[in-house]
Amino acid sequence: MARDRNDDLKVETFAAHQVITQPNPLRKFVRQADERDTDDPVARAEEALASLSGEFKSWMDEECARLARAFEVVAKDGFSSQNREELFRAAHDIKGDATTFGYPKAAVAAESLCRILEHAPELTTVPSDLIAHHVHAIQAIVRELPKGRSKKDTADELSIRLRKLADEFLIEANRNRPEHLEAVLSPSIVPVD
Amino acid sequence: MFRIDFNKLRFLVCDDNAHMRRILRTLLHSFGAREVYEAEDGATALEMYSHYVPDIVITDWSMPIFDGLELAQMIRQPDGVGNPYAPIIMLTGHSEKRRVMTARDAGVTEFLAKPISAKSLYQRILNVVVSPRPFIRTKSYFGPDRRRNTTNTYIGIDRRNGGKAEILPQPSLLEKARSPG
Repeated sequence: MARDRNDDLKVETFAAHQVITQPNPLRKFVRQADERDTDDPVARAEEALASLSGEFKSWMDEECARLARAFEVVAKDGFSSQNREELFRAAHDIKGDATTFGYPKAAVAAESLCRILEHAPELTTVPSDLIAHHVHAIQAIVRELPKGRSKKDTADELSIRLRKLADEFLIEANRNRPEHLEAVLSPSIVPVD
Repeated sequence: MFRIDFNKLRFLVCDDNAHMRRILRTLLHSFGAREVYEAEDGATALEMYSHYVPDIVITDWSMPIFDGLELAQMIRQPDGVGNPYAPIIMLTGHSEKRRVMTARDAGVTEFLAKPISAKSLYQRILNVVVSPRPFIRTKSYFGPDRRRNTTNTYIGIDRRNGGKAEILPQPSLLEKARSPG
């Protein structure tokens, strides 16, 4: 399974660093398209993604069930490092996937939950309802507001309100922790639609 | 306009979330890729990296056993047995500036914040295939050149002594992460 390896490296050595260049090994996979070439790989991929969309609701249900299970463990046994990690991972996956699956407001609420789990100085000091509200909101958005139905404004308002509450808590709790405070106040790098 | 012969490229996709792996597989196959290998954790990915010798690695950050950041660091071992130069695209739900910097310092070539789109993934692949950057080796870093800024506004310590480095006129990784395309 060995791939050709280009060992034709050029190494320039300076006092504190080396600059290493090699002929681009992937160049042979690139060609110049002419005007008659109308192939659009991005459009093709978007179509393929759209063809998967019938499965997105069930995928989101699975992600929500995982989040609910992780939260149940935390509610029952409290925050151990493992319990926290599982809850964070479940919320983080929803944050990353939900927009692709058609539930952008669930992604907003999940991001807010991730921020609490990542930046709260002590998870035991987080108001007990705050995490529960996030979990229930994500479930409600996915359960009650499938794509194309009404009540979109409710989902908007719910996710924005939760984020505001979470931010108020995190800013206050991190007043003496500048590194976390900066992270809490920094804008996301994800482009706004 | 450039076209990539995806059918000749070999990909390794590493994500612990089966749904995201399905999305990635669908996108890559639609672009024309035939060889897409999948791993659900960093340890398996590293094994597959040595075995299949992929041309491009696409990895999530947060994963069990060891994560995407550790995977990148293990691939970027200049004296290791595998190819340390393969492009690594970090596809992650992390969306803070400091994460981009951490990924950059681990030797990641491109950073792509979720939500994923066909266009943004295609652009990152096009970039690593068409415009690879030279590698830099210092006492504490081995990976693609992190300098892409052509302005003279840098005010930190110049850590590269003994020669004027070539600077590539590309947007910074952070600027690119912020842009939709």
